Amino acid sequence: MSRVVLDPTSERSLPVRARLPRLASLEGVCVGLLDISKPRGDVFLGRLEERLRERGARVVRFRKPTFTKPAPVDLRQEIAVHCGAVVEALAD
Amino acid sequence: MLVAPVLAELARRGRLTVYSQDDPGFPDGLAAVDDGGLEVSWHHSVETVPTLLRVEGGREVARAVGWERGEWEALAGAGGLGAGLPAWRPGCGSRSVEPEVAAELAVRFGAGRLQARRVALAPAEDEHEALYERGWTDGLPVVPPTERRVLAMLEGTARRPEEIVAEVPPDLVPCSVEKVAVNAVMAGCKPEYLPVVLAALEAACTGEFNAHGLLATTMAAGPVVVVNGPIRRRIGMNAGRNVFGQGSRANLTIGRALQLVIRNVGGGRPGEVDRATHGNPGKLSFCFAEDEEGSPWEPLSVDLGAQRGEDTVTLFPGEAPRTVLDQLSRDPESLARSFAACLRAMHHPKLALIFDCILAVSPEHARVFREAGWSKARLRERLHELLQLPGSELVRGAGGIAEGMPEQLAASTIPKFRQGGILIVHCGGGAGLFSAIIAGWANGEIGSRPVLRRIRS
Repeated sequence: MSRVVLDPTSERSLPVRARLPRLASLEGVCVGLLDISKPRGDVFLGRLEERLRERGARVVRFRKPTFTKPAPVDLRQEIAVHCGAVVEALAD
Repeated sequence: MLVAPVLAELARRGRLTVYSQDDPGFPDGLAAVDDGGLEVSWHHSVETVPTLLRVEGGREVARAVGWERGEWEALAGAGGLGAGLPAWRPGCGSRSVEPEVAAELAVRFGAGRLQARRVALAPAEDEHEALYERGWTDGLPVVPPTERRVLAMLEGTARRPEEIVAEVPPDLVPCSVEKVAVNAVMAGCKPEYLPVVLAALEAACTGEFNAHGLLATTMAAGPVVVVNGPIRRRIGMNAGRNVFGQGSRANLTIGRALQLVIRNVGGGRPGEVDRATHGNPGKLSFCFAEDEEGSPWEPLSVDLGAQRGEDTVTLFPGEAPRTVLDQLSRDPESLARSFAACLRAMHHPKLALIFDCILAVSPEHARVFREAGWSKARLRERLHELLQLPGSELVRGAGGIAEGMPEQLAASTIPKFRQGGILIVHCGGGAGLFSAIIAGWANGEIGSRPVLRRIRS
């Protein structure tokens, strides 16, 4: 006799999206740097910004209100509109 | 059956339909409808035979339970019923409420209201292994959530199965009462625990509590559930000996159910969104009750705005409890100083203001404050006074330790805890001159605040 149980999960299957192709060059590309508001994240991103500019990228800095919560929708949208690439940086 | 002649009288006087749970041939000449399958009895929630229903326009408008002459006469609009019978007899239990039968009927007639996907396990599958392999457990075996068990669990609340309780992080999935019940069955809950689990989930899924961040953090903390109010005793929660330990089904399974909902419905699993470096054993379950009856103070729920006597849960982002040992202090100042000395070291002696705590005071320690007439507010104020720390000792580099507060605070006095950051709970027992500290996680706007929710039946 088969036994039947109820599914305890959300019963959702997450869509898998293909990654965008890797950028051929950073020349002229707007790169977003997202600071997640952890201590010294600004130091790490500052150095990253220098290196990216050396390679011809334009850099725009963004900041999450707190590292403990996902980035607000508006901030994600703003990054998506302005940037061709983004680096989200952990710190500590 | 006692009322057989009455049924014959009613049948002669007007429209009567008799339903029989066992023998439709009885009473003679009434052509009773066979309800041997108990469908009509179940759907009308008949608990006693005989039960007389008055139906108008297809709807029940009144019922008489057992035999009480006046009641039957009023309901039937007929006098002189059952002249030779005693005035009152209580009747017998309906077959539909016999425990085993009732559970079967609930599945037969009630399972249709359950919306969760059914998963059939193959005959050769071990059910515990099957549930583990599907990724539905926390590493311990779970109770298989059958329709029968989930329906029984739903009897623990008046809320409808399809009602949405909360959006559960990290996937922000709207979670129904039914899904909570499924996971509560798996955790081992009894139906009477379900309202506590529902309230705990509501509290955990608020923006203030920030269960997403608490799940994702590399720190060890997880949700800690503190229960206040009469429900603690009604459902047999432990507030006394070994209060944080093993042995109490209510404590352990309520906390576990919350974590299973976050795992299974919210999608929060270790190694995925849960990035804890060490975690702590309480992430399986950390739920306990306050000993209100033995406390010299008002309970935690009252500190957080509830009325005494209200059933509440308080969610706190905390890690494993750590003992404060003081077996010599017999005056409150000395004991407060012990508490402060231990609290200062919480997370790091040089870090301040970032974390809240629960200070769980045992009965024998609480007695010291009771006998000296110290209120909870006085103890809390004294702890704050004792935990005003010189910035010069806390700043980065001080004491030869790189970790610490920013250097510009060197000339400041820095409180270890923000105002309201020390939550005092009375629990544990019976003997033992120990208290305990449950260290918190990033507090306030950047992290999490303790959240109280009232428990609804």
